[in-house]
Amino acid sequence: MLSIRNLQASIEDKQILRGLNLEVGAGEVHAIMGPNGSGKSTLGNVLAGRESYNVTGGSVTFDGKDLLSLSPEDRAREGLFLAFQYPVEIPGVSNINFLKTAVNEIRAYKGFSPMEAKDFLNMVKEKQGLVEFDAKLANRSLNEGFSGGEKKRNEIFQLAMLQPKLSILDETDSGLDIDALRIVANGVNQLRSKENAFILITHYQRLLEYIVPDFVHVLYKGRIVRSGTKELALELEEKGYDWLKETVDAEAEKAI
Amino acid sequence: MNNTNDEILLQELAEQEYKYGFTTDIEMDIAKKGLSEDMVRFISAKKNEPEWLLEWRLKALRYFHQMELPTWQNFRHPNIDFQDISYYAAPRKKPQVNNLDEVDPELLSTFAKLGIPLDEQKILAGVVAVDAVFDSVSVKTTFREKLKEVGVIFCSFGEAVQEHPDLVKKYLGSVVPQTDNVYAALNAAVFSDGSFVYIPKGVNCPMELSTYFRINAENTGQFERTLIIADDGAYVSYLEGCTAPMRDENQLHAAVVELVALENAEIKYSTVQNWYPGDKNGVGGIFNFVTKRGICKGNNSKISWTQVETGSAITWKYPSVILKGDHSVGEFYSVALTRNYQMADTGTKMIHLGKNTRSRIISKGISAGFSHNSYRGQVKISPGADHARNFTQCDSLLIGDRCGAHTFPYIETRNNSALLEHEATTSKIGEDQIFYLNQRGINSEKAVGLIINGYAKEVLNQLPMEFAVEAQKLLAISLEGSVG
Repeated sequence: MLSIRNLQASIEDKQILRGLNLEVGAGEVHAIMGPNGSGKSTLGNVLAGRESYNVTGGSVTFDGKDLLSLSPEDRAREGLFLAFQYPVEIPGVSNINFLKTAVNEIRAYKGFSPMEAKDFLNMVKEKQGLVEFDAKLANRSLNEGFSGGEKKRNEIFQLAMLQPKLSILDETDSGLDIDALRIVANGVNQLRSKENAFILITHYQRLLEYIVPDFVHVLYKGRIVRSGTKELALELEEKGYDWLKETVDAEAEKAI
Repeated sequence: MNNTNDEILLQELAEQEYKYGFTTDIEMDIAKKGLSEDMVRFISAKKNEPEWLLEWRLKALRYFHQMELPTWQNFRHPNIDFQDISYYAAPRKKPQVNNLDEVDPELLSTFAKLGIPLDEQKILAGVVAVDAVFDSVSVKTTFREKLKEVGVIFCSFGEAVQEHPDLVKKYLGSVVPQTDNVYAALNAAVFSDGSFVYIPKGVNCPMELSTYFRINAENTGQFERTLIIADDGAYVSYLEGCTAPMRDENQLHAAVVELVALENAEIKYSTVQNWYPGDKNGVGGIFNFVTKRGICKGNNSKISWTQVETGSAITWKYPSVILKGDHSVGEFYSVALTRNYQMADTGTKMIHLGKNTRSRIISKGISAGFSHNSYRGQVKISPGADHARNFTQCDSLLIGDRCGAHTFPYIETRNNSALLEHEATTSKIGEDQIFYLNQRGINSEKAVGLIINGYAKEVLNQLPMEFAVEAQKLLAISLEGSVG
């Protein structure tokens, strides 16, 4: 579904990604871990098409299409979803109205007519239950005055509504207490299917206890330096990122 | 991305910028250009007016000649050659208001293009009555019979002069005198039509009343006058909309609106102003120099102004309320959007005279392109206005970095018991907000439309429902091409 080859990207002339490779197939859940500054969030933003990031090399294919040539909205319409680390507030725009616009824009792109109001509201009701999202929040202005946890839950609610092929969760677990984490993870687990895929970007192993990944990758200095299964995350948790840095840096020196 | 497709799209966007820019090919009576006593006499005679009204006009003309153009506004006053304007234009086939079939079909199709259904059956399931003013004259007022049953008078100004001269004589100029300002004086001298509304005692007007103004003819000015009187305990909600063809020369629109609310009466006046704003280089467009004022004459009365201003090359107006009656309430809700080279200097005056009077001002300015958008407001508390209260909020939103937002709030209080609050914010549409919406499949134009409508929601909520939807669309359409 997603094929990243030798991806290089910079922000304000600072090179962040230095040749990243990753293959994600349908039905798979990949976790990307790594120390601060390793390029985890940059990866999410580059894939979603944020303008302030410059792609300086490499290629990304998404469902057979050249992802990097698409506008951010077309990437979303093709089925790429980014759950933001820091969701923005948009005063005065109701959550529901925003979602209706988003759902119908994506439908229009695929050649479908706008959803009937009744069907849309039924879908809202159903998906709200999935992520235990308070109906009152759905009618409020988009993220305005929401707590950190409510914003993150709103991201998963939107994910449920838009039914993307590939979801990238950018540190969705940060700032969540155990209860909220469990709710978010439950939601994601119910949304998992053979057709869609997830990339979980996280600093901690904690989230992976609730959402069990098929693959775990460790990102360091803009490259994936280790890949494995769930056990790799546990090893990292136990030994810490410093251990990883030391071994990887030592390997690099040896290679020279 | 496919470049050719993009170019076509952009071109389409540019061309449909102002979709009301067509002209109507219709036989017109247009007076020769120039302003003089003879012209005033000509207009007055055309309208078959009584002697007192002619005298009133001539007095206004004399004031106009003595007055100088103001200099305090926050834009350079354009050179207007008052002798190069025609002060009267009317469709030649004089439509009879009682039968739609007698109205020129060209005229009907014009209003249809504007989305104004003159066909009474179609008018929003009977909740709105419409008065349509085409250039200088009112062509059609709908639902008059139904309104008559409850005693509501809703007709063109010309008809009111003929049929209700006492009411007109009593209230004309009572809120905005001929001497008020130079454009009010000009209007008083040459106004040719407009709308007149009288709601009798205790009557709650059963439907929204609305007037659509359309400038069509070239080199003409539009000078209409609206007078609304709500007698004791009466209520009325009134809406005006305006459009004009795209022309390279500027056209002058200098209207006067007077509202009178007697004891326990309430008037809600909403405007969706969409005069032609000029092209993207600032060529052409309407000069919208308007005087709007209401008086809460009786105790416990209320006047509420709501305006959505997206059109005109220059907008210059301050819908105001004189709070004379004790416990009376004045409100002003405004969204003013400027882009390209548009200028807006708009706001309100709340003059507190009575005791326990309250006023509320919510102003939302949106500036894009090279435009300048000013809020100018005055809150005045006179010595007798014990316990008067005012709340003012003026927010500015900037799109891009070449536009300007300005606020000029004036506060004058001569009573220590007054309570005044003022809040102001300035913000920019954040790139992160747009990207967030992009990431949900919404393109940048639509994203800005959503953000703008959210920003202006407090004001849009004040509009009657049918028009709130129109206004939302208008705000989104007006911003097309302003992003990026």
